[in-house]
Amino acid sequence: MKQTEKSAISVKNLTMGYGSFILQKEMNFEVKPHDIFIIMGGSGCGKSSLLRVLTGLVPPLAGSVWIQGTKFSGASADKQKEIMKNCGILYQSGALFSSMTLAENVALPLKQYTDYSEQTVRELVSLKLALVGLAGFEEFYPSEISGGMKKRAGLARALALDPDIVYFDEPSAGLDPISSKLLDDLMKNINQSLGTTLVVVTHELSSLLDIGTNSIYLDAESKTIIGRGKPADLLKNPPNQTVYEFLTRGKQKNVR
Amino acid sequence: MKLDFHKSQKTLTVLLEGDFLHFDAPHRKTALYEAAQNNTVREITLDARSLGEWDSSLVVILTTLKQTANTRGILFNDQTLPDDLKQLLDLALAVNRHPVHDSNQTEDFLEHIGDWGLSFMASLHKGLTFLGNSFHSVGRFFAGYAVMRNVDLWQALGECGPKALSIVGLISFMVGLILAFVGAIQLKTFGAQVFVASLVTIGMIRIMGAIMVGIIMAGRTGASYAATIGTMQVNEEIDALKTMGIPVSDFLVLPRILALVITMPLLVLLSDFSGMLGGAFVGTTLLGIPAEEYWKYAWNAFGLTNFLVGLFHGLVFGFVISLCGCYFGVYCGRNADSVGVATTNAVVWAIVWMIVLTGIITFFCEVIGV
Repeated sequence: MKQTEKSAISVKNLTMGYGSFILQKEMNFEVKPHDIFIIMGGSGCGKSSLLRVLTGLVPPLAGSVWIQGTKFSGASADKQKEIMKNCGILYQSGALFSSMTLAENVALPLKQYTDYSEQTVRELVSLKLALVGLAGFEEFYPSEISGGMKKRAGLARALALDPDIVYFDEPSAGLDPISSKLLDDLMKNINQSLGTTLVVVTHELSSLLDIGTNSIYLDAESKTIIGRGKPADLLKNPPNQTVYEFLTRGKQKNVR
Repeated sequence: MKLDFHKSQKTLTVLLEGDFLHFDAPHRKTALYEAAQNNTVREITLDARSLGEWDSSLVVILTTLKQTANTRGILFNDQTLPDDLKQLLDLALAVNRHPVHDSNQTEDFLEHIGDWGLSFMASLHKGLTFLGNSFHSVGRFFAGYAVMRNVDLWQALGECGPKALSIVGLISFMVGLILAFVGAIQLKTFGAQVFVASLVTIGMIRIMGAIMVGIIMAGRTGASYAATIGTMQVNEEIDALKTMGIPVSDFLVLPRILALVITMPLLVLLSDFSGMLGGAFVGTTLLGIPAEEYWKYAWNAFGLTNFLVGLFHGLVFGFVISLCGCYFGVYCGRNADSVGVATTNAVVWAIVWMIVLTGIITFFCEVIGV
């Protein structure tokens, strides 16, 4: 539960894209431990692709990604797997396995990566589900719960191995405002109580302004980062017109 | 790491020393939980002054202890716990619900039978409605006002026609070859191996050609129909069609039925001749029957009635495979597993219905003397 003070994630001169198509180039940023780090930007700027690069699903075209001081991009598959044991991911839809109960879904990484006894696995599963407000839902299948509950169950699975870093891909997508707020509060609680670093891809304004402690803004046009800092500070002192318009849902202002 | 506890008067003191990382000692934990349940214990005190690093394996122990204290209404003294750990315990115990789950409710035998009956009747109703809608769509097609895109029909024709030629040709050739081999073993003992030609010809054109094509197309095309339409169900595309007022049976089912009904008799034709070629290959090369002789016997055995009965089987099988594929696709559930189940059911039920209908057709052929 305690992270060392070195960067949680460090991205150096990263260029990403598909084939000859470049999405973002020469990106440099650092995610500090215990941050709630927001990756924001308009549609098609490469937010989700960046998440895929950070989680090793897609290799970068150039540059490197370092996780907790260890080079992640370009590392062997075994090494990447070892590093990813310390990272959890919550996908947009929750990505729960429909043939398994919530308890089985959460227990899957515990059984795969630890040699805990059955009793401890059961207790840990109940704890993780309780942490996300799903106490008592162990025997439910994903098809029997709502969209918001699926996301929370997905979060319980992402937290199963006590990761230092958790990635979120559009956590508020498809949720009603109340469920979205509850999920935001939950993310803040987990960040504060577990000290987990959260990397959140989102363009949900209320959410990113509420929870973000640091952020980058990816611009689709210039294909690079054009804003960085705490989202609330960026709103007060926007670095450019694009970031201001994004954070105010299209309001115009002369930004110097 | 050290988990120790001792009871003095009414207080259970739990000593947490060192790092608690991946702590897993089931017996020790059970002993602690039992001690906490003891009626004489009125207070649980945590001594975490020497606690080092910790992870969830410690949190589960503390959560259980706190829950026990809350349930029993006794004091839980966690003053020495670090703040983040206290916060985590509060978060874990913030929501305490007991949702009712259907699987926890037990049913008696009669209820079970009743449920099965209701479910059977519902399935029957669903199947007959689907069948009715499908035939209604075919009727609308011939009347000229079915809502179907021609491009869908051409695409379906391409999928189950030209693309299936090679597999049907190859499998049927092999079946003819096997029939000839198996027949020759018996016929050779009577010196009647030349009748292998008749055996293979009658076997293939009357039923084997149609059955082979049916099985191949059920596995190839029927499964594909169920998977495609099932995935559309998962992606809510079928809901979109319904809300736009477009009949699913016209838009999705009709082109697939037409494609298979048109191509199946043609594939049966190919299968018949491929099978005969396979038989001829064995007859002329391995059994030493002169080619001219072989084809003379084959032609004599080739009856138009048998041939037409075979084609009719193909036509019926085309309906069966397309209906099964589309039915299980349209009534697929809304998750990844359901698509797999729909695909399996489409193939299994298509084959079952083909066998059942073959029996019925054979019976009627016997009755009318064909």
